[in-house]
Amino acid sequence: MRVSRGFTGRRRGGEPGRLPPGQYDVGSDWPVLTAELTPRVDLDSWTITVNGRVAQPRTWTWPEVRALPASRYDGDIHCVTTWSKLDTSFAGLSVDTLLDAVRPTPEATFAVATSATGYTTNLPIEDVTGGKAWIVWEHEGRPLPIEHGGPVRMIVPHLYFWKSAKWIESITLLDHDEPGFWEVRGYHDRGDPWREQRYQGD
Amino acid sequence: MTEPAAAPLPPVGPWQWGRVERVRVENPHVRTLRLVLPEWTPHLPGQHYVVRLTADDGYTASRSYSVGSPPDDAGVIELTVDRLPDGEVSPYLHDELTVGDEVELRGPVGGYFVWRGEAPLLLVAGGSGVVPVMAMLRHRRLARPEVPARLLFSVRSPQELIYADELGDETTIVYTRRTSDSSARRAGRVGEADVAAVAFDAGPAYVCGSSGFVETAAMLLVDSGYGPERILLERYGPTG
Repeated sequence: MRVSRGFTGRRRGGEPGRLPPGQYDVGSDWPVLTAELTPRVDLDSWTITVNGRVAQPRTWTWPEVRALPASRYDGDIHCVTTWSKLDTSFAGLSVDTLLDAVRPTPEATFAVATSATGYTTNLPIEDVTGGKAWIVWEHEGRPLPIEHGGPVRMIVPHLYFWKSAKWIESITLLDHDEPGFWEVRGYHDRGDPWREQRYQGD
Repeated sequence: MTEPAAAPLPPVGPWQWGRVERVRVENPHVRTLRLVLPEWTPHLPGQHYVVRLTADDGYTASRSYSVGSPPDDAGVIELTVDRLPDGEVSPYLHDELTVGDEVELRGPVGGYFVWRGEAPLLLVAGGSGVVPVMAMLRHRRLARPEVPARLLFSVRSPQELIYADELGDETTIVYTRRTSDSSARRAGRVGEADVAAVAFDAGPAYVCGSSGFVETAAMLLVDSGYGPERILLERYGPTG
C-alpha cells in the first residue's frame, strides 16, 4: 500500500465496517445528482408498468399502487460519487408485490427500470426480488421530493444508487442483460458498493 | 436523455500515480494542478478523473475532478480544484500537494457530459462548473476553431473568475454579487435575458455548476426554446 504523504483523513466513518470501501458519511445532506432535467410528474396521470418476460403484463395507477400492501426500507444508501447516507428510511411497496402479480416467466433473468425522462438502468432479477427493491413515495416520513425522484421512484439500496431509478414508470423483465444509461457509458453492470464495482471491469 | 450513446468509450484506466508538474492559482480558493501521467490516454473534453488519497492506516478518500485541459496536451492532464473549507480531499490538494509530489488517480471517467469535437457548442457554467467546459473550448481552439461556440459564465465577482486570461469573445460573464467597473449589467443571478442573449441553435447545450444553478439555467434554456432532450447537465455534488 502506497500512502499519500501528509494525508490523515477527516471524515472517517463511525463504526468500522459500516461504510463500503471508498465511501464517506454525508450526514443529514442528500446530494442531488441527476444527468437530466427534473421532469414534471403528475400522479393523476402517472402509471407504473411491469412487462417483458412475464405471464401477465400489468399497469397500475396511483390509487391502485396505494392499495397494495405497504413495505419500507430502513438503512443506508451509497452513491458511486463516494457519499453514503446512513440510517435513512423510505416507505412504499416491495417490488416483489408487483412481480408476484405479473408472474415472471422462467427465462426472466434481468430487469430494466425506466424513468419518465427515458433514463434506464439494468439489474439482475436476483437484485430486485426477495425483499431487496422497493417502489417508494415517502422519505423519512415525508413525500419524496421531485429532485430526489418523487413523487415515485425505485430504490435498490444494496447497490450504488444510480441503480435506483428516479421517476419510475416501468420495469421490463428480459432474458438477457441490457446495459442502461450509465452502464453504456462506462459504469458497472451490477454496482455492488461492497465490492467497489464502480466502472466496467471493476 | 433517450439518445443512444455514440461510439463506445474505452474502459476507465487503471489507478496510477501522477506527478505534479506545475500549480497555477486561478482565484483565492481555486487552483489548477498540472499532472504528468505515466499511463495517459486521451480523454473526451468534459470527462473527469477520480483522485484517491490513502492514509498510513489504509483509510482512503476519493473524489472526482473534471479535466480542464484538452486531450491535445499529450501525457498530461490539468485538474482545477475548488478548495472546500469542510472538504476532505480538496484541502489536501491545496495545502499539502506541491510541485514534484505524486497523487493517485484513475480515469478518464464519464461518457455523458462530453464533446466529441463536432457539434456547435452552447455552454453554461456556474463557478467551478466552468472546468469541464473549458476543456471543450480549449480543444475547439486547438483542433476545431471553425466550430461556433458560446459560453455563459456565472460567477460571484471579478475576483472569483477562473481562467480569466482565456475568456474571449465567445464568453459572456454574468456577475451575481459584484460587477466589474466596466460592466453594464447589474449584479444578479442568471436570468431569462442572459440566457436568451447567448442561446443559439447549437448541438446539445452543456450546463455545469451547483445543482441549483444547473436546474435554473436549464429551465431558462427550455424557456428560450431549447428542448429538454438537448440539454446535458453536470451537477457538482459535494466534493472535497
